[in-house]
Amino acid sequence: MATLVAPVQHSHIEDAKALYKACKGWGTDEKAVISILGHRTAAQRQQIRLAYQNLYQEDLVKRLESELSGAFEKAVYRWILEPADRDAVLANVAIKKACPDYHVIIEIACVHSPEELLAVRRAYQLSYKLSLEEDVAAHTTGDLRKLLVALVSVLRYDGPEINARLAKSEADILEDAIKNKAFNHEEVIRILTTRSKAQLMATFNRYRDDCGTSITKSLLREGDQVNEFAAALRTAIRCINNSNKYYEKIIRNAIKGAGTDEDALTRVIVTRAEKDLKVIKEVYYKRNSVTLEQAVAKDTSGDYNAFLLTLLGKAD
Amino acid sequence: MAEIEALIKALSGHGVDEKTVISILGNSQPEHRQAFRKEGGFFAEDERRFERWNDHHVKLLKHEFMRFKNAVVLWAMHPWERDARLIKEALKKGPNSNSVIVEIASTRSSDELLGARKAYHSLFEHSIEEDVASHIHGKEKKLLVALVSAYRYEGPKIKEDVAKSEAKALISAVKNAEKQNPIENDEVVRILSTRSKPHLKSVFKHYKEIAGQHFEDELDVHLILQAAVQCLITPQSYFSRVLDEAMRDGADKNTKKGLTRVLVTRADVDIRAISDDYRNHYAIPLADKIEAKAKGSYKEFLLTLMARGS
Repeated sequence: MATLVAPVQHSHIEDAKALYKACKGWGTDEKAVISILGHRTAAQRQQIRLAYQNLYQEDLVKRLESELSGAFEKAVYRWILEPADRDAVLANVAIKKACPDYHVIIEIACVHSPEELLAVRRAYQLSYKLSLEEDVAAHTTGDLRKLLVALVSVLRYDGPEINARLAKSEADILEDAIKNKAFNHEEVIRILTTRSKAQLMATFNRYRDDCGTSITKSLLREGDQVNEFAAALRTAIRCINNSNKYYEKIIRNAIKGAGTDEDALTRVIVTRAEKDLKVIKEVYYKRNSVTLEQAVAKDTSGDYNAFLLTLLGKAD
Repeated sequence: MAEIEALIKALSGHGVDEKTVISILGNSQPEHRQAFRKEGGFFAEDERRFERWNDHHVKLLKHEFMRFKNAVVLWAMHPWERDARLIKEALKKGPNSNSVIVEIASTRSSDELLGARKAYHSLFEHSIEEDVASHIHGKEKKLLVALVSAYRYEGPKIKEDVAKSEAKALISAVKNAEKQNPIENDEVVRILSTRSKPHLKSVFKHYKEIAGQHFEDELDVHLILQAAVQCLITPQSYFSRVLDEAMRDGADKNTKKGLTRVLVTRADVDIRAISDDYRNHYAIPLADKIEAKAKGSYKEFLLTLMARGS
């Protein structure tokens, strides 16, 4: 369930005008930016962008980029993009890092539905004049490349049908591979990167029934924390199996300790606010005994803080 | 007898010459049919003293009569369903049909391949990639899975320096063929399955310039790899070759199907270019070859497809 609070009726022209006023002149009225954009759905935000372009012959996104700064700017920039464009940007940022942040790529590939992933791939081509898989392949090597390229290229069957016999035989294959620490075995990659999500979940359940422990725990134990490839497999499995728990952990790790991983925090909140952030909040509370709002409030400040809390559903 | 020869001819080849069969067989008296049975080669003397249909030949005849029907059904089909079914059939038929999978994955546009993948979901409740990955076991598996998963960028932008360095990577993979078959080489698979077609054309242009010969002429290149490159860079040559092989005497059942498949799948796309390539390569117009090798309604149907709009 979404946490975004947005009015059913809105005038995108009024909103565009108000945003123009907020940006005009010295300084910016960040509160106005937050109170408008933080309460608009993706469709409404695109209408506002269009209205702004028509009224002022300027791209609202570029205007905000120049007016805002820091973590707040990054968050608003990601927020105002259409979901597919946003994920394309996130993927591109992850790929272009000196050390590609493959967990983000896996997250984008595995959490989305097949159609959503397709939209991201199209958006990526439009923005970067390359296919997503091309860029991923060109910036990674070895087994990780095999896994990542396959994950972003697959168009998984999205029906609920499960073949119990297949789940058993593929759970056996995974069990053998993990026991022998052959994480990069091509059968492991084949199963994880081609089967439908329903089939995979049945396979993971079967694994747990047969081995007494979840496949992710097995990977953790057998892979030590050092094996990068095993870690990548775990991310993929966790995203497919239960993305809410996965996201809760990302946020928890982003917040805990000294400093905050703002990129991660922003990414989760901005990409899930209109989807299932409410469920993630519940998972967070159960796990940490504080609400996500409390945790975010403690760990961030200023406009960035206010923006995140707005997306989390805080009443103005 | 001339009539028996004509009848045999009407029943051999691609499709059936129904008119001839009707006029000869339909007009025949019992003794004519007996002569046909004794001389045709479609029958064998049974121990109980009668000329018995050779079961295998009856099956072959069935295929020939069905050729027209199959062509019609395939032609009317939505291209997505058509490609999905062709891939499924190729998977069922085994390794000899792997080239069909390469053909479809590599010659379609990005959105056409995507549509085929979606149609495959509806028809078979699995994704193409999962079926290809679990049913194909040879060296070509990696490449095939990658090819069917591709969603290539289709713009014209090329980076020449990247193309050059990728040509070098291919050269090195071919040089290294004794240690590892190039078709299993990760770089080869990456380049062929992710790069855009314009980019690939440039890669292979550089290949020829640096290595001194065309990639397809290298000796150690797996047939499937050759087919993939041909399909990606020069599809018309590839298709005209498939047509030629289909119409050769003695072509096996699956190879013969290439005639219907190419005509039906390319009639709306580039059959004229394929036709031109065919004539350049084989010194006879494609339509003439089809006229000679195909029969009856099947032949008329194919020629009509080719001649549309001209």
